[in-house]
Amino acid sequence: MHPVRKQRLIVVLLIVAGSAIAVALAAYALRSNINLFYPPSDIAAGKAPVGKNMRAGGMVLEGSVKRDPDSLRVDFIVTDYSANVPVTYVGILPDLFDEGQGVVASGQLNEQGVFIATEVLAKHDENYMPPEVQSALDAAQQNGDKAAAPLN
Amino acid sequence: MGFFVLMWAFFHKLGSPRWFYEISGKWLPWLSLLALSCLILGAVWGLAFAPPDFKQGNSYRIIFIHVPAAAVSMACYMVMAFAAAIHLIWKMKLADVVMRSCAPIGAALTLIALFTGSIWGKPTWGTWWVWDARITSVLILFFLYLGVLALYEAFENAESASKASAVLSLVGCVNVPIIYWSVEWWYSLHQPATIKLTEESTIHPDMLYPLLVMLCGFYAFFVVALLLFSRSEILYRERKTKWVKALAAA
Repeated sequence: MHPVRKQRLIVVLLIVAGSAIAVALAAYALRSNINLFYPPSDIAAGKAPVGKNMRAGGMVLEGSVKRDPDSLRVDFIVTDYSANVPVTYVGILPDLFDEGQGVVASGQLNEQGVFIATEVLAKHDENYMPPEVQSALDAAQQNGDKAAAPLN
Repeated sequence: MGFFVLMWAFFHKLGSPRWFYEISGKWLPWLSLLALSCLILGAVWGLAFAPPDFKQGNSYRIIFIHVPAAAVSMACYMVMAFAAAIHLIWKMKLADVVMRSCAPIGAALTLIALFTGSIWGKPTWGTWWVWDARITSVLILFFLYLGVLALYEAFENAESASKASAVLSLVGCVNVPIIYWSVEWWYSLHQPATIKLTEESTIHPDMLYPLLVMLCGFYAFFVVALLLFSRSEILYRERKTKWVKALAAA
């Protein structure tokens, strides 16, 4: 390779490497802010701020959703299957909200460790399949057929 | 060895805008046919015949536009950054033309991805927009494309303009792997990848095949658009040469 071009190639590689390092350092310094939410285990470990606006995310624990019959109030537990956070929300939930589904709630953690949500978003997972396949999977699971694992 | 000699000869020929203009004219009809047939087939298949999703019902069908647009917008950026590197190292005229042509196409595709994602997000997540790592990094990709376009216009001298844009393209290419892995590195609202290269994809084949056809269609469309933009840019830049004048007179 011509020496001038070789020099330019080195400059190009330095530009890419330099910006990669700069971005990596910035992302490392801001890592807690890049995360959209705190998982329940971080909240249980006291890593999440109390009384400040933040988000909590995880799965809605099966059997934990309690709807108030007289209002839009919903209580449920968000879990990552190693820690639980109770959540209280007053408002309309997204269509995909369900037990065993992912959610991201924004709001504040109070002194009692209850998360008072002002907004609840449903987190969709990466699985896509037709309804018939899902009902076949459910039927297989009820028959105790463990071999029929879901698509993932 | 013979292959490398051929590749090197091809690489050198690419240095001639006139040769590229002529050869790309021959490719265009076939590529357009491929793009059009894939897009029509994929859209009809995906929107009308693929089964609905067990949780999202029919709203998931935006995947057939959103995912290909997002994938090609990132591939387009890599093409642009690669062309920028070639332009900076070899001062190849054609690389500069390709880089300049990638920017508006990529900006349009990124906008489509953001727009369709937002439309899908409202019924699925419950919000139009959230500042999570994936969405924010794609927004940065959009601004990078706009930045490259703006830098081209910001200089009187074409040489400095393309040099500045090339450096910005190179710096911005760090963003592409960040977009791709953002959903794994950080907690985000956006779901992780469904189509995986190393393991089984978590999408039913009845939905996957139309999606792959659409992906193929979007890639072909990107190549067609890139050739069309590059050809008009070549004609403009070479407008004072004999061959372009002869072409215009004919």
